[in-house]
Amino acid sequence: MKEQGAIGSKSSALLSEFPPRRSFLANFQRWEWMLVALIILDILFNMSRSPHFLDARNLSRTSSDFMEIGLMMLPMVFIIITGNIDLSVASNMGMSASFMGLLHNQGVNIWVAALAGLLLGTLGGMLNGYLVARVKLPALVVTLGTYAFYRGIAYGFLGDQAARGYPEAFKYLGQGKVFGTLVPFSVALFIVLAILFGLVLHRTTFGRYLYAIGNNENATLYSGIPVARIKFIIYTLSGFMAAFAGLILAARFGSTRPDIGTGLELAVITAVVLGGVDINGGKGTMLGAVLSLFLIGLMRFGMGLLNIQGQVQGIVIGSLLILSILLPGVAQQISSTRNFQFQSRAVLTALGVLAVFVAFFLFFFWSRAAVIAGG
Amino acid sequence: MTVQNPPAIRRSIARNGWLWTLIRFREAGIGLFILILVIAVTLRAPSFLTIDNFEDILLNISILTIVALAQTMVIITHGIDLSVSSMIGLVAMMVAFVVKQNPEMPVIFSVLLGMALGSVLGTFNGLIITFGKVPPIIATLGTLSIYRGLVFFYSQGTWINSFELPANFKALSKGTPLGLPNMVIIAILVAIVVYYFLNYTRTGRDIYAVGSNPDAAQFAGIRKQRITFLVYMISGLLSGLAAVLWASRFESAQTNTALGFELQTVAASVVGGVSISGGVGTVTGVLLGALLLGIIQNSLTLIRISPFWQLAAQGLLILIAVISDKWILSRVERTKK
Repeated sequence: MKEQGAIGSKSSALLSEFPPRRSFLANFQRWEWMLVALIILDILFNMSRSPHFLDARNLSRTSSDFMEIGLMMLPMVFIIITGNIDLSVASNMGMSASFMGLLHNQGVNIWVAALAGLLLGTLGGMLNGYLVARVKLPALVVTLGTYAFYRGIAYGFLGDQAARGYPEAFKYLGQGKVFGTLVPFSVALFIVLAILFGLVLHRTTFGRYLYAIGNNENATLYSGIPVARIKFIIYTLSGFMAAFAGLILAARFGSTRPDIGTGLELAVITAVVLGGVDINGGKGTMLGAVLSLFLIGLMRFGMGLLNIQGQVQGIVIGSLLILSILLPGVAQQISSTRNFQFQSRAVLTALGVLAVFVAFFLFFFWSRAAVIAGG
Repeated sequence: MTVQNPPAIRRSIARNGWLWTLIRFREAGIGLFILILVIAVTLRAPSFLTIDNFEDILLNISILTIVALAQTMVIITHGIDLSVSSMIGLVAMMVAFVVKQNPEMPVIFSVLLGMALGSVLGTFNGLIITFGKVPPIIATLGTLSIYRGLVFFYSQGTWINSFELPANFKALSKGTPLGLPNMVIIAILVAIVVYYFLNYTRTGRDIYAVGSNPDAAQFAGIRKQRITFLVYMISGLLSGLAAVLWASRFESAQTNTALGFELQTVAASVVGGVSISGGVGTVTGVLLGALLLGIIQNSLTLIRISPFWQLAAQGLLILIAVISDKWILSRVERTKK
């Protein structure tokens, strides 16, 4: 009886790793519903706290703040599903945007400069892809190196200068609205691309190969699937999208500095992982990632309205990221240990650890109070 | 893959000849690279090869070395600790607050306080990773932003400036009662302790065992969870120490202290031959890795490369280091056959 159950759960796990063709709604799995519930809760909470939350103009402005992260997130979903990672996206974004800014400063036509930026970003993605797929270096190491390399090139291009004075037509990419509505151009673009990327992931053989690589790379290789070429393609795509996001960010700011987008790679990875994509590869949906991006956006917007500093908001987002992995695991552990027994030693250890954390926070507030109060 | 004990070295020389055996030592490879770099830079800028400049380099890499050694232990267990920079930021701020309030406090207390606070943060990481079963990269990515958020919450965005810190605290890192700056001596001591710990204690060997084959380690009776927990706690402890030195060296605690430092520590480890897939890495290698990063930074300034291109050069050199390493390994594999 017990064995049967184990086999049953295993095969159902396999099924969920290779989801069959399903309708749009069936793509909603447990985690996606959870995200929807969190989004609704967050909206209700913020509505009760601030009357400005549902202001359409506010929402429109804040949603464009997250589109650069969103654009980089789409290929990142592919990469993480294959069990790899790309830490260099934000640096690549800086490199491409700075290259465009440099050319613009030297009087090159903005659209030519933008095209050159896109090309450079794509080349950056190709270098990552070549090193990961062909030289077979660990993705974390490669993209850590290019993380420094590309950002360095961005500084090399612009130094302490900034590029500004972009023409209005270019600024439309980041600031424009679609046909007089309140929907920002970048948001509309993101939605179209998200649907496209989602279709590729869930409705094409290419998408199936990504899951296969993430589940068992060797088996995929021996099945005759060109693993190296696929990895090369997704890294190239990531480079292109990073450059594209860089252009949009530059257009939104109306200027480019070499530190543009610093640290966004962590925001991108957070959105992907919170969306239920397994960092070890093989699992996850595009829908989950998109929902988590909206959740993070709404939460940050709501906290901003409540005058919580951006960095302090990181506490909430970071906790959410950890809890999203921690809670399902803990729930499973509790339900699997039927006859739970209190072991006095374990309880004592737990109490000891708890005491340490309590002491830490008492000290935290005590040492802070004197200085903050004193000014 | 790597040759470690003397009999293996003798066998390797017999089989592959001197040159390839030397190259198979990761340390020798970096050593050679450093030597070439030193000669090349000295030809361009003779002031590079002076005692003063060397002391400057050592001072600059002390903090990096301490944290990179902690990072190494974590990476050897096939983990990663991205939160080191935020732990440094938070502990530096808390210690600076306390020191500002109690200027008469002996310096050793601030060091101990920093290490204690760091250990608590490291313990939190360790708990999430071992008992919560959260992958290390996710857990520490989360605490990276949590701890950084706490820095802002703690200080309300204010900084502690040089004039608010007592002289003895500022002298902690820079004083030279023993000839070398204290900070360099502390880094050397940490390196010796970590070297002994990793090579000659049972727990230290267990760290390698857990990293190279977790299942085998478990069957051999090693408590995997406990070892994993331990390395994250040590990482917090050493980050706490580094935080006090950081506040003392730069005579301030800012909300963005050590921002982005985590990737430098990983870079120093990886350049020093620590394998990101776990089980491989030596203290000597990491010391050389940190030294290489320090020399690169220093020499780029000396040969007057625009400071704006320095980051790019550093990134490129990291890439070259890992690519050449891979190339050498594949050549060695081929000569074996």
